[in-house]
Amino acid sequence: MIHVNTKVNGDDVEFLCDPRETLLDALRDKLGLTGAKEGCGTGDCGACSVTMDGRLVCSCLVLGAEADGKEIDTVEGMAEGENLHILQEKFIEHAALQCGICTPGILVATKNLLEKHPEPTETQVRYWLAGNLCRCTGYDKIIRAVMETAADLRKAS
Amino acid sequence: MQYHTPSSFDDAVALAKDAQGVTRFLAGGTDVLVQLRADIVTPDVLIDIKKIDGVSDIAREGDGWRIGVAVTGAEMSEHDTLAKEWPGLVEAMDLIGSTQVQGRATLTGNLCNGSPAADSVPAMVAAGVTVSVTGPNGERKVAAEDIPVSPGKTSLEAGELVTAVHVPARGKSGGDAYLRFIPRTEMDIAVVGCGINLRLDGKKIVEARVSLGAVAPTVLLVEDAANAIIGTELDDAALDALAAAASAACNPINDKRGTIEFRTHVAGVLAKRAAKIAYERAEAAS
Repeated sequence: MIHVNTKVNGDDVEFLCDPRETLLDALRDKLGLTGAKEGCGTGDCGACSVTMDGRLVCSCLVLGAEADGKEIDTVEGMAEGENLHILQEKFIEHAALQCGICTPGILVATKNLLEKHPEPTETQVRYWLAGNLCRCTGYDKIIRAVMETAADLRKAS
Repeated sequence: MQYHTPSSFDDAVALAKDAQGVTRFLAGGTDVLVQLRADIVTPDVLIDIKKIDGVSDIAREGDGWRIGVAVTGAEMSEHDTLAKEWPGLVEAMDLIGSTQVQGRATLTGNLCNGSPAADSVPAMVAAGVTVSVTGPNGERKVAAEDIPVSPGKTSLEAGELVTAVHVPARGKSGGDAYLRFIPRTEMDIAVVGCGINLRLDGKKIVEARVSLGAVAPTVLLVEDAANAIIGTELDDAALDALAAAASAACNPINDKRGTIEFRTHVAGVLAKRAAKIAYERAEAAS
């Protein structure tokens, strides 16, 4: 077993994991953070998206052991207590989800997009989210929610 | 499975030399971990090379570049000077996978995975990229086109690994481009890929390298295609000769992604289009 020290959503955490275990498994099974989902397990669907040192990754394609010394951010870190993140509010407002399996990954991915590119074009958003599959919405509501969030954040700043 | 994080390439080589069973080196993991999880390749020893000094650096080397083996596609795209000098190479890498994959995938991994359809490899071959290889028998420098030998197989010997990617100096009046055909706009594997790098003297092409992907068991360096445009101003006759030479070099498979006839035809079409882009970029850099 490997002893891993890492930071998840700002909190120092440690866990023991088998070297074959993924970061996704460690988050879900060791740390009880079940926001990130396993869709495909091969990096195609994006349901397990988290950021590692600020970089968007599929946690199914990162070993738990690789998280040692890194900073991981997941969907659980987005809301502050009872107060939802503006992206979460916009997703509800626009009904940008149905079954919700893809939603944590898409929220993490879009938050990361807006941090890097506060004024994205629709094309940019669509390409950024090409690795986040949604079988319910047809994507249009997601894109609208993201574009409106970006516009609101610009107004607020 | 044992998991190691050596702090030097010497230590990595020593670990690999003493390893029993299947050994894999881990950088971005976008192929290694997929193969691990799908039980295609189950390593007994996994050597994570990301804790070695310098592996995440993009640094000047003379007038060219030294790209560390753990540098990700996203880091290459964010490097303005590299992207300005070698747009074809950077765009080819950027075509691979999603934003998430770009956060982890590396040039070296794409090369050593040995896929004939690897997007960054034709661009590397066209650019004249070489890689440093180290192993139990010392170090050597190898041209990118000499690493893959057949689908999934490389010329690296047991215990050997790539330690750096060397991109040549861009020099004056040069331009490169990479194009691929896929049936959708993102997240797909090349049906055909074509990388072209050329240099102008005035309007005339004086140097060129043409590389094709996904049309043979390995990525190809097609000298006949380069010769078809060297000495020309990329007029219609030169473009037709380029397309004919590119198509003639194809030895593709028939599969659900594309037939032999389709891939052979598209190789010529992409070669023409990529050559025009590379030519425009070379003119703009003149």
